[in-house]
Amino acid sequence: MMEHHIIHTYFPLIQTAVVILAVILAAGYMGAMVVSGSKFKSWPVSRLFLWIMGVVTAVGAFVGPIGNLAHENFIAHMAGHLMLGMLSPIFFVFSKPMTLLLRALPTEHAKTMSRLLNTSYAKVITNPFIASILNIGGLFLIYKTGLYVWMHEDILLFIIVHLHVFLAGYLFTISMIYVDVTSHRYDFWYRAVALVIALGFHKALSKLIYQSPPETVPVYEGRSGAMLMYYGGDVIDLILIVILCLHWYRVRTPKEAHRRNMVLWK
Amino acid sequence: MNQKYRPKSAKNKILLSGVLIGVGVMALIDEIIFHQLLQWHHFFDFNTMQFGIFSDGLLNAFALFSIVAGIFLFAHVTKLYTYSLLRWSSGIFIGLGSFQLIDGTINHKVFGIHQIRYDVDILPYDIGWNASAILLLITGIVIWLITRKNEADRTGS
Repeated sequence: MMEHHIIHTYFPLIQTAVVILAVILAAGYMGAMVVSGSKFKSWPVSRLFLWIMGVVTAVGAFVGPIGNLAHENFIAHMAGHLMLGMLSPIFFVFSKPMTLLLRALPTEHAKTMSRLLNTSYAKVITNPFIASILNIGGLFLIYKTGLYVWMHEDILLFIIVHLHVFLAGYLFTISMIYVDVTSHRYDFWYRAVALVIALGFHKALSKLIYQSPPETVPVYEGRSGAMLMYYGGDVIDLILIVILCLHWYRVRTPKEAHRRNMVLWK
Repeated sequence: MNQKYRPKSAKNKILLSGVLIGVGVMALIDEIIFHQLLQWHHFFDFNTMQFGIFSDGLLNAFALFSIVAGIFLFAHVTKLYTYSLLRWSSGIFIGLGSFQLIDGTINHKVFGIHQIRYDVDILPYDIGWNASAILLLITGIVIWLITRKNEADRTGS
């Protein structure tokens, strides 16, 4: 049996906080839509749907059938990890929150915001390789050091780790696919290599977890969770790969470019 | 004079598209048939070298990327260029064979990721696996040489 973690006591509190945060995020996005709509042409409702999907998949890691189990069952924990760190960022990126924010903010603040996006700090962390290290490297720290055990004994650590998983996942996603406002762009091949290496290390990490799960996790749960991480990671990274390649295709295959690739009949 | 244009022929791109698709398809065959359906391969073998876990992860990640990239590259070529389907298929065979060979030698044997099948005499399986890989590779190279010869004939005339 699992030992009783201190996190059990605080978990309902975390769930409440997450739900409140989700409501604020959804309301904030709608508010920004209204402000943006009064200045520019109206913001597509489909993006609100994507934003809500992002919020729901992120919240699902803490609340509901998976979320309720996530802190005591490793398989549910891993399902939550896939939702919070990989799936929800994709929904969020396609709802273009940064574009919306820049439109909704008063000009002065929007300028400050865009200056922030252009700082060298932003340039460094949105480099696909740096973002991959922050994302996948963070996961190695969670599962290959005692961090997984500790975070279930310390509420602050639990919050920091989950916040990191989401933020690093989001950073990773925006560093690979350019859908929202992107100040520093890298070449397709550069991003492709980073993505393949990151996915390779994600696969390797899931096998290392299969080999030796964190110490409080029963062997069966550890192995099933590791396989879920391996194959679930494949499915979600496949989405990223398709989007990345589709963008390459669109740029490199202009509809009216046939002439450029023609040669004289001999 | 009324000049007439025809699309350029893509040579390297169509070959690359074939190789990428071949690599990805063989990784899929490996996963679907040998891991899931037959369950000959195991998800994890405790004899695996630690370094092998990483090389296997990178190889499979590349295979996943390459099937998608290969399909988009094919779409790109069909839209802008003329191409030889024979050359594309030579690329596919080369891709199939090389993934199979790398998987069968480096992953299975050098790093001991997992064996082809457990609780049997493994030697015939290893020989069959790698021989079929080499056969696929040779088929691909032969078809590629034929397409090169075809080109030489055309430019020569």
